[in-house]
Amino acid sequence: MDGMLLAATEVVGKLGESNQEHLLWARELQAMSFIFHIPLVAFGIAFPAIVVFMEGLYLRTGQPHYRALAKRWSKVMIILFAVGVVTGTILSFEFGLLWPDFMATWGEVFGLAFGLEGFSFFVEAIFIAIYVYGWDRIPPRQHILLGIPIVITGITGSLTVIAVNGWMNHPVGFDLNAAGEVINVRPWEALFNSFFWHELTHMYIAGYMVCAFIVAGVYAVAWLRGDRSDYVRAGLVVPLTIACLAAPVQVVVGDWAGRTVAEDQPVKLATFEGLPKTTKGAPFHILGWYDKSTQEVKWAIEIPDLLSILAYHDPDATVQGLDSVPADDQPGPINLVRYAFQTMIGIGTLLAAMGLFYAAVWWRRRRLPRSKWFFRLAVAAGPLALIAMIAGWVTTEVGRQPWVVYQLMRVDNAVTDAGGLPIAFFVALAIYASLTATVVWLLRRLARHPPDVEVPESLEAT
Amino acid sequence: MAEVCLALAILGVTAYSVLGGADLGGGFWDLTAGGDRRGGRVRGLIQWSMSPVWEANHVWLIFVLVILWTAFPLFFGSMMSTLYVPLFGAAFGIILRGTAFAVRGQAATIREARGFGAVFAASSVLVPFCLGAALGGIASGRVPVGNALGAPFESWINPTSIMVGVLAVVTGAYIAAVYLAADAVRAGVPDLVDAFRRRALGAGVVAGAIAIGGLFVLRSDARDLFDGLTSGGGLVFVALSAAFGIATLALVWTRRFALARWTAAGAVGCIAIGWAFAQSPYLLPGELTLDAAAAPDATLTALLISVGVGVLVLVPSLLYLYRLVLRGTLDQRFEALDQRFRPLTTDDHPEGS
Repeated sequence: MDGMLLAATEVVGKLGESNQEHLLWARELQAMSFIFHIPLVAFGIAFPAIVVFMEGLYLRTGQPHYRALAKRWSKVMIILFAVGVVTGTILSFEFGLLWPDFMATWGEVFGLAFGLEGFSFFVEAIFIAIYVYGWDRIPPRQHILLGIPIVITGITGSLTVIAVNGWMNHPVGFDLNAAGEVINVRPWEALFNSFFWHELTHMYIAGYMVCAFIVAGVYAVAWLRGDRSDYVRAGLVVPLTIACLAAPVQVVVGDWAGRTVAEDQPVKLATFEGLPKTTKGAPFHILGWYDKSTQEVKWAIEIPDLLSILAYHDPDATVQGLDSVPADDQPGPINLVRYAFQTMIGIGTLLAAMGLFYAAVWWRRRRLPRSKWFFRLAVAAGPLALIAMIAGWVTTEVGRQPWVVYQLMRVDNAVTDAGGLPIAFFVALAIYASLTATVVWLLRRLARHPPDVEVPESLEAT
Repeated sequence: MAEVCLALAILGVTAYSVLGGADLGGGFWDLTAGGDRRGGRVRGLIQWSMSPVWEANHVWLIFVLVILWTAFPLFFGSMMSTLYVPLFGAAFGIILRGTAFAVRGQAATIREARGFGAVFAASSVLVPFCLGAALGGIASGRVPVGNALGAPFESWINPTSIMVGVLAVVTGAYIAAVYLAADAVRAGVPDLVDAFRRRALGAGVVAGAIAIGGLFVLRSDARDLFDGLTSGGGLVFVALSAAFGIATLALVWTRRFALARWTAAGAVGCIAIGWAFAQSPYLLPGELTLDAAAAPDATLTALLISVGVGVLVLVPSLLYLYRLVLRGTLDQRFEALDQRFRPLTTDDHPEGS
């Protein structure tokens, strides 16, 4: 057989075997819960800094529209935080409810990270309440300082969760004995695993792109309708600039992430392309369909050597194929991963180009682009960035299959043996659907208020 | 070291029962407040009182889950997989409740406020019942070690679970009434002080009656637990809890609500500690001891270090929040919940201001 056979020593789950017939429902329920939670994480990472920046502009210039924006955004921030707290709690429940053997076997290795996350959340909840309810009640300079802890905890909270995901992809910080039991646990080492850094950076920049593009999109709509007020201009330019700076950087970070995957999870990288055999100078196929029976990508645009270049920056590099592991250890839905990966790459490239264009116009002409199409794209960029982020998570999570802990525990050994998972799935679906509708309805309601209600008269006079 | 981690979990359970319980109990009074007009002032106070603090209070639950899965992973996996029905119920209730509450504050018509309010209030009763029923299943020895090996329904629909579930709802209502009476003093609405004082006294008596009656339920349904609660350390803390409970009633009666907050917390905390004594050395009675469930020392040490660091940041932050809240810095203007949607009448200010 070509390439290296990665022999997997599987770990025995502490709770014993599971005979779950509805494994797929458990996975879909978990995925749905993440998909609902992740946009809120993006806002948790990026929004506090943007709001505080806006308040800082107000403090420097005294212009009331900066304050109006910061205050309104802070109200959105607390609503999204509240929804994020509850959807995040559900995730904590689901770890145990859906994957009890994962938690029972590995909780002692990675659980620590969630402890740090819990404290971050706690502190964030405290300061977000003080910040939002403290407008007009706490002196301005003190008020903006109270925003700083929100910025920091927004980062540390998601940091540790991403560390756990990094660990699932690159499990370290323990040894296995001959019987396949976890011994000699080193929780700090597990926390700072080598997958942590690029996942963290990649997700943070994604958070800034999603949040800032979505916020900018709201004001781009008003801009397209001809509203050129200071309020709309500031609401557009500040987040759009942040997002347009972040988008090209993301391409560089994504490259770093891709190369790390090539090193540590060659099978996942092979899945991105649908590369059946270990190949020197591996091509990359755009679109098309991977056919398992013939092991070929059909109806695709083939670009020679591109996968080798992406993975190793070398057109002649050898890339490991799916056949480097037994069929049982390969991800099942290869086309899902392929399309998720290509969606992420495609949107990421588009947004990076948009960011470069914006920067170039600003650099050369010191003004905003004039094309209507640019602002139409700005409206679409938020939803696109969100789709790209979710596609990115699908890529890495489905690409990790069939493992929950890479090459150590399979998802079908981690899943609960309880019945009724389809019922739980549909109840959750109904709840999430109504929750989405409610949040969107509420944000639109908030956006319809005329902006000046946010500025108290006493301040407007100064 | 396992004992220290267990103590942290108990501390978390107590804090959630008291602070989160007060929020859940607020939902109970919201549910029972009557029609839009009659209940408008009560609901207004609940909204006013909970808005700045409920997210922070809620995080205690996450804290408990994290401690359990890090320090006692085998216990966590066994418990979650057997008790999945009530715990899914609690999880779904938590989503509905948190969102409906956050959204109700933005409602523009009485119909919207009514709809979101109903969801908020109904799920506020569902969540403590489910969590209490799950605790009852653990305490009465119905959760075996293993992947969903316990009975999916009998593990939480049994005399002990139902008793603990109902007790959780009523205790939350009791604590909430005490807190809301104190908040009504701060908000300057004397009629609501009286309204919640009455509710606190009523709920306190009912909670006490259920607790005493519950001992008989335990005697027939969970004999080991009953024996543990009526001897040694268990008995000491049950007695302390009863004493705190009676003291709370006395303080509410004499309108010293601020002090009553602390004794109410004491009553809940003592029951949690008494329970731990009663089923010692077991985490899952008859199945899994504390020592067998505990993660390796390296994990426990790391957990305690991170909790220690966390506490150093958290405690000053919490004190700052509660100081601002109690000083009224974060207070919004009080208004009856239905008041936004109709013209003012003299009923809205019965104190004549």
